[in-house]
Amino acid sequence: MKIERIKTDLLIIGGGTAGCYAAIIAAGIQNNPQVAAGTKILIVEKANIKRSGCLAAGVNALNAYITEGRTPKDYVEYAKKDADGIVREDLLYTISEKFNEVTAHLEKLGLVILKDKDGKYIARGNRNIKINGENIKPLLAAAVAKAPGVQVLNHVNITDFSVHDNKIDGAFGFGIENDTFYAIEAKVVIVATGGAAGLYRPNNPGFSRHKMWYPPFNTGAGYAMGIRHGAEMTTFEMRFIALRCKDTIAPTGTLAQGVGAKQVNALGEVYETKYGLSTSERVYGTVVENLEGRGPCYLKTEGISAEQEESLLKAYLNMAPSQTIRWIENGTPSKANVEIEGTEPYIVGGHTASGYWVDTKRATTIKGLYAAGDVAGGCPQKYVTGALAEGEIAAKSAVEYIRTARDCFVANAPRNDDKIDYRRHISEKEIENHVTEIEKFLGNKKGAQTAENLEEAMQLAMDAYAGGIKTGYRYSENQLNRAKKEIEIIEALTDNLSAADLQEVMYIYELKERLTVCKSVIAHLAARHETRWHSFAENLDYPEKDNIHFRKYVNSRLENGEIKIILRELTAEGQKNYEHQH
Amino acid sequence: MSISIDQSICIGCGKCHDVCPGTLIKINEQRKAFIKYPKDCWGCTSCIKECPVHAIRFFLGEDIGGKGSKVHTEKVNGLVRWIFELSDGSIKTIDIDPKESNKY
Repeated sequence: MKIERIKTDLLIIGGGTAGCYAAIIAAGIQNNPQVAAGTKILIVEKANIKRSGCLAAGVNALNAYITEGRTPKDYVEYAKKDADGIVREDLLYTISEKFNEVTAHLEKLGLVILKDKDGKYIARGNRNIKINGENIKPLLAAAVAKAPGVQVLNHVNITDFSVHDNKIDGAFGFGIENDTFYAIEAKVVIVATGGAAGLYRPNNPGFSRHKMWYPPFNTGAGYAMGIRHGAEMTTFEMRFIALRCKDTIAPTGTLAQGVGAKQVNALGEVYETKYGLSTSERVYGTVVENLEGRGPCYLKTEGISAEQEESLLKAYLNMAPSQTIRWIENGTPSKANVEIEGTEPYIVGGHTASGYWVDTKRATTIKGLYAAGDVAGGCPQKYVTGALAEGEIAAKSAVEYIRTARDCFVANAPRNDDKIDYRRHISEKEIENHVTEIEKFLGNKKGAQTAENLEEAMQLAMDAYAGGIKTGYRYSENQLNRAKKEIEIIEALTDNLSAADLQEVMYIYELKERLTVCKSVIAHLAARHETRWHSFAENLDYPEKDNIHFRKYVNSRLENGEIKIILRELTAEGQKNYEHQH
Repeated sequence: MSISIDQSICIGCGKCHDVCPGTLIKINEQRKAFIKYPKDCWGCTSCIKECPVHAIRFFLGEDIGGKGSKVHTEKVNGLVRWIFELSDGSIKTIDIDPKESNKY
């Protein structure tokens, strides 16, 4: 295996929505003559930034926008209500204040946004605007290509951070197709690897197992790397379960908000009002209607006009083409209501609030490591514009960190700038250890277990014992204990796995990442002794909400191999700034 | 759901391989693309949009209601034309103007 050492200033791990935008913003800052120029920026992406991450197929609305007559405070209140209080207002404020600015930037990059005859954006509901977002990732990738000082390494999978004394100084990874190991040294790192799909048994576990809502390639790598290095994490128990079109797992918002389709049960009764309208209550209502014999449940689209139908077919082609094909093959929405179902649970900081515990600047508890997008916690309902806003905040903080760190260093020990920039942090021994591990998988004799089979075993264990689809998302402490044991057994088997090539090595690392995340999810679910969000965290031992003990963040940190739970008080109402207490 | 690649049409340019968010498409020794991990396809259709010779078709698996139709896109007069080859032999098309926003 070839070994390549790379030195950069700002390393961005993951070139999805947040990661690409962080690079564009950081490059823009260094272009500013007021700021020290020559900052080197490197995006490392395990696929290709042109179509990687959540927006590969596109997106057909910007769901976080401050429409006319509304304020960022309204958005904060909406997100806070939806999560029943367990949010960080400082994080929500700082993204809400940027929604419209990043939207204008996207439009400048070429995004088509629906406007009225006066050139004003047309709103869909209270917080959304309509776009043609099929090409949103290619637009971002093109902007990255033009940004000065930004390099992109595509098809390189990062598997570990380099952290010394709780300070990050780089990362390790390998090229999936070029037989190369990368040791990357950086002054500051932004992690933007997205959330985690594939922890639980999916809706369609057979041939279409990857027809899921969240990208199946988002394996929780950023969470896992942070957990292993002792970063504090938050709210992993607030799982996200999406209410989706059955089979294709296509979004339902376009039907609900676009043509006003209501949720109805098999008897034709509108049931959504019975359970409440928060994101989790909409899922919960559907689960209960089915359990009590009033399913299947649908979005009532029968009778929509031919014009509405045509617009729907087009809208889905621009974000979830499977649904349009399904309609064409099986009957269109004007003739048959669209059946809906809940997905398997995902861990994602962009819809719910699971992820790194960050300060307002998006600094994690590891010095020099910033987080943006779905990997960052405490700040739900980010959607696309929130991911962009967090990319921007993290980029500005990271550039500032480099400048401050350099000033400190120069003040304490003046020496020539080259030496400051190019001190070697990663030792040969550390590289050797990582390469040895990869080569072990390539050299292991093919045994009875495969990464694919162990992944399935993990998904079955989570499904049965940690509140998957099988139990209607419900779990008890006894079940969670069993889940923990099962995951530990599976984890012990991963070291003997064999791989034929580096793509298969990546699959082994991805499995290990998911198992690490599963253990945190189980620990968090067990720690919240209440049911605050139906379905998202439906604890059978504690079926009621407990405002006295659990209006708190459930955080965690790995200490000596054990997950330590930390209950933190909610930040004060209206608090706009939060700093880590060291 | 997954894709199929017609190797008699494929010119081996590698664009589908480059863009797949799961790196699931490989190029064989004859410079022809093939999907190595068909069950791992997410259904994003990125490869279909990239293919310059329209060699790639998208289909739904039977487990999610697939009935054998094959789908691809072509650019026609600045429009994105989605072409559905239905299992009864008929063809349906939907044209999308990339300069127009979704209505919903």
